[in-house]
Amino acid sequence: MSFLDLDEFLIDLVDLVDIVYSPVVDMKDYPGSVDVCLIEGAICNEDNLELLHKIRQRTKVLVSFGDCAVTANVPAIRNQLGLGNTESVLQRAYIENAQDNPCLPKADGIVPQLLERVMPVHEVVHVEHFLPGCPPPAAHIKALVSQMLSGVKPNLEGKQIKFG
Amino acid sequence: MAAKTLTIDGKSITAEEGATVLQVAEEAGIKIPTLCHLEGIYDVGACRLCLVEVVGVPKLLPACATKVAEGMEINTDSERLRKYRRMTLELLFAERNHVCAVCVSNGHCELQTMAYSLGMDHVRYEYLFPKWGVDTTQRLFGMDHNRCILCTRCVRVCWHIEGAGTKNVSGRGTKSHIITDLNMPWGESVSCTQCGKCVQACPTGALFHKGSTAGEMERDRGKLEFLVTAREKHQWVVAV
Repeated sequence: MSFLDLDEFLIDLVDLVDIVYSPVVDMKDYPGSVDVCLIEGAICNEDNLELLHKIRQRTKVLVSFGDCAVTANVPAIRNQLGLGNTESVLQRAYIENAQDNPCLPKADGIVPQLLERVMPVHEVVHVEHFLPGCPPPAAHIKALVSQMLSGVKPNLEGKQIKFG
Repeated sequence: MAAKTLTIDGKSITAEEGATVLQVAEEAGIKIPTLCHLEGIYDVGACRLCLVEVVGVPKLLPACATKVAEGMEINTDSERLRKYRRMTLELLFAERNHVCAVCVSNGHCELQTMAYSLGMDHVRYEYLFPKWGVDTTQRLFGMDHNRCILCTRCVRVCWHIEGAGTKNVSGRGTKSHIITDLNMPWGESVSCTQCGKCVQACPTGALFHKGSTAGEMERDRGKLEFLVTAREKHQWVVAV
């Protein structure tokens, strides 16, 4: 959501790029021949994994966007429980801590299965650029996007890097 | 004391015998990255971030634990050094669970600051995600092993400055960890004086004041400076 903190730069951006896919763009499938994808979030379940491979195949430049994508961050805390944690975390969340109607979410083909291990994006596919931060500050996003738009190889350093 | 002449990054320098490369470089205004070094306690060369090249020596040497010698030619910055420093730093991040977003030291952390200054925007190694606990049995302080980089500042400050000898290191390799007394909960320690110097010395969010939530933990290094000045210069300067 810190992308929206770009404020008036968003208006300039709309003239320069076509936003073809996002959680707020009404597009069911990830399109082909995408120039740049800013990818958010850690790879937690089978759906994430499938979409990531699709995105990689159809995108020239992938940017790992935010701490969850870059480090796996908070979603990966369950990795500390070791392999086989998928049962125990669901048990904890949906049975032990449930106030009403305790039951495990299970609907094949609808609810994706959790992966054994949560991974940062670059552990699964090649990533061109990294923009860490929780969230990445708008100024850093603007710096990276501007560099890409002007055809310069993005390079953020020093104060333009932030974790947490 | 005999003077030694040497060069650091091509700069001719005269140094006192017994001084470390790090001390001499700092006096000459040459910045070498450090993490386990803390002014006022002895150096152990634990973090390997201050590695430098010495002409004629095939291996890299830690600037904090290497004494100057006559005719030494030292390089503090090169492609090779940057490569190893970045690698070392990434391994520190990969070894424990450094979840900056939910850490008490977020924004006031020396490990984070080091990552920024060395241009680390991601970790190339697979994170180990080890299972470590948090010891909150002590009345005033807590120890989160997930954030520990084993710099041993807490151990050295506890033994060398406070003289309590409460903090120690146990285990080897990835199993190494900081323990209290004979590996007991901190709250049951009989030697701990609750002075809090270990908390002030810690570079990350591993040692914290109880009651700090994410991003709230700020240290007061002035307390350590007071002690160092008192010991070395016999001046008890209380900051107002």
